[in-house]
Amino acid sequence: MAIVERRPPLAGARPYPGSRIPQPVPTILKPDPGLEDLLTVNFGPNHPSTHGVLRLIVDLHGEHVVGIAAVIGYLHTGFEKTMEHKTWWKNVTYPARVDYVSFQYNELVYVLAVEKLLELRVPRKATWMRMALGELVRIHSHLVYLGTSALEIGAISMFWYCFRERDLVLDLFEMVAGTRMHTRYFQVGGLAEDIPLGFYEEARKFCEHMPKAIDDYEAILNSNKIWLERTVGVGALSGEDAIALGQTGPNLRASGVDWDLRKREPYLAYDEVDFGVPVYQGGDVFDRYKVRVDEMRESVKIVSQCLDRLEEMQGEPWIADDRKVVLPPREELHTSMESLIHHFKIVTEGFRVPEGEVYVGIESPRGESGITLVSDGTAKPWRVKFRAPSFAALHATAACCQDVAVADLIAVVGSLDAVMGDVDR
Amino acid sequence: MLDIVATDYLGWGEEGVAGYYATSGGRDLNDPAAQGYSRTPEPKPARFALSYLLLRLADDSARVRVQVWLEDGQAVATVVPVWATADWYEREAFDMMGIRFDGHPNLVRILMEDDWEGHPLRKDYPIGGEPVRFSEAE
Repeated sequence: MAIVERRPPLAGARPYPGSRIPQPVPTILKPDPGLEDLLTVNFGPNHPSTHGVLRLIVDLHGEHVVGIAAVIGYLHTGFEKTMEHKTWWKNVTYPARVDYVSFQYNELVYVLAVEKLLELRVPRKATWMRMALGELVRIHSHLVYLGTSALEIGAISMFWYCFRERDLVLDLFEMVAGTRMHTRYFQVGGLAEDIPLGFYEEARKFCEHMPKAIDDYEAILNSNKIWLERTVGVGALSGEDAIALGQTGPNLRASGVDWDLRKREPYLAYDEVDFGVPVYQGGDVFDRYKVRVDEMRESVKIVSQCLDRLEEMQGEPWIADDRKVVLPPREELHTSMESLIHHFKIVTEGFRVPEGEVYVGIESPRGESGITLVSDGTAKPWRVKFRAPSFAALHATAACCQDVAVADLIAVVGSLDAVMGDVDR
Repeated sequence: MLDIVATDYLGWGEEGVAGYYATSGGRDLNDPAAQGYSRTPEPKPARFALSYLLLRLADDSARVRVQVWLEDGQAVATVVPVWATADWYEREAFDMMGIRFDGHPNLVRILMEDDWEGHPLRKDYPIGGEPVRFSEAE
C-alpha cells in the first residue's frame, strides 16, 4: 500500500513564533473582550470523549475555540491520604490504580522508591523482568491511547485493531501474575513469583506479531486523508512552551525536545539495551501520534532483548533474600517457625523503612512519573506524593487549544493522553 | 519544574499520630535499635515543608530540591511567573494543605469542590472526615 507522505518535516522549525501560554493564568485562555456573540459550552465531566471525567469550559465564537478552562478533580479518590494509613507493604496495590492504564509502571516507581529508602539490592532477574513488563505496559498504554483517540476522530476500526493487540498484552500479564491488570507482581525486593514456564515462548510470539500489527495501524492512518486533515498542524505546542508547562514524555518529544529518562538517567538496566528515542518537530496531534507509534516499535525491541537475557537466568532468584522485608517462600511456612513469624510480622505490622525523604522519577508511557516518599522510620509512609505526568499534560490544554475548531478540541485533548485517575489521584 | 510537594509534619515523631501504631513498642520483636534505626525521627524546623522539585533538561542535566519551611498560616510567594507549570501545583498545595501563595493569579481549589471545608492532606484532618449526606433527613 502506498503511504502518502505528510508535509515535509519541520527540521528544527518551531510550529509557531513566540509563546502561546496564556497570561496571567497559564491554564486558562480568556476570550478577547472585543468578541461578540460568544457561546459558552460545558464539555463533560461525563462525556465519552474526555477519557474519563475531564470538564472543559469552552467559549466559542462560531466554531472556533476562543476561551478554554479545564476543570479537574472529579476522580479525586484521596490515594495519597489513604496510603499514609496503610503499611508500606500493603501500599504496593495503590499506585497501580492511580494511573490505571500504565498500571505496572506506577507499581514500579513505588517499589523503586521504597527500595531506595531501604537501600535494598534487587536480583538481576527481577530487574530484567521489570523492564520487560514495563515495556509491555508501555505498548498497552499507547494502544489504548491510539485506539480511543482514533475512535474519537472517527477511525472506528482502529479501536478494534488496537484492542485486539491490547488483549494479547493482557494475556501475557495474566500468564505471569494471574490478573490482567493491577497485578501487584512487583514487590519491594523483586517479583512476587518466579516467571512461569511458557512465558518466554508466548512473549516471543507477541514480539513477532506486534511489528506487523503496527505496520497495519500505520497503513490505515498514515495514508488516510481524513486522519491527516484532522491531526496535522492541529493543537501545536512549541518545545519552549512544552518545557515551561512541565510536559514530559511523548508530548515533549513530539515538540522536538530529545528527552527520555531511560537514556538520560538510566534506571533498571536501560543502559544495557539497544533502543532509539523517536523525536518529532511539529508538536501537533499528528506528531504525538507518530512518537507513540514509533515508541511501540522500540518497546518491542526492548522486550525481545529482555527475553534474551531472562532466558539465560533460569533458576536464579527473583526476589531479594532479606527476611525482614520480603515474604518467606510459601513452602517454608509449614516447616520453619522462624519463617512463619516473619510472614506474620510482615503481613500484620509491615516492615519498617528508615527515616528519610526520596524522590524517584521514571519514564512512564505518559512522561516522568515520579513519587516522593517521606518516612519517619515506622511501618507506614508519612507522606506520599505522586508526580503525575497526566496532571502536567492537562496544563497544556489552554496553550494547545488556540486557533482550533470545536471538533478539534477532542483530538487535541485525546492526543495529550491524560488519564484522569492519574490527574486527580 | 517537575513538582511541588507539600508535607505536613504535625505530630512528627510523637506517639498517637496515625502511622505510628503499627510498630507499637511492646510487640516489637525486631528491636529497631539493633538495626540502627532511631525510634524518634529528627525534629523538623516548622510544621509545613514545601519541596520544589526542579529538573534541568539539558545534556548536563541536574535535579535540585528546594525546600521551604512554613508555620500554619504563613504564606509563600508564588513562582508562577517563573515556572508556568507551578500554577496547578500551587493550587493543589493550597487545596490539600491550606498553604497560601502570595501573588498567585488564580488560587482556588483544584481537586476538591469549591465549597469544601478543610484541607484533606493535613495530619489533623480526620480519615472519614466527609459528612454522610442525607443521613438524618428521614
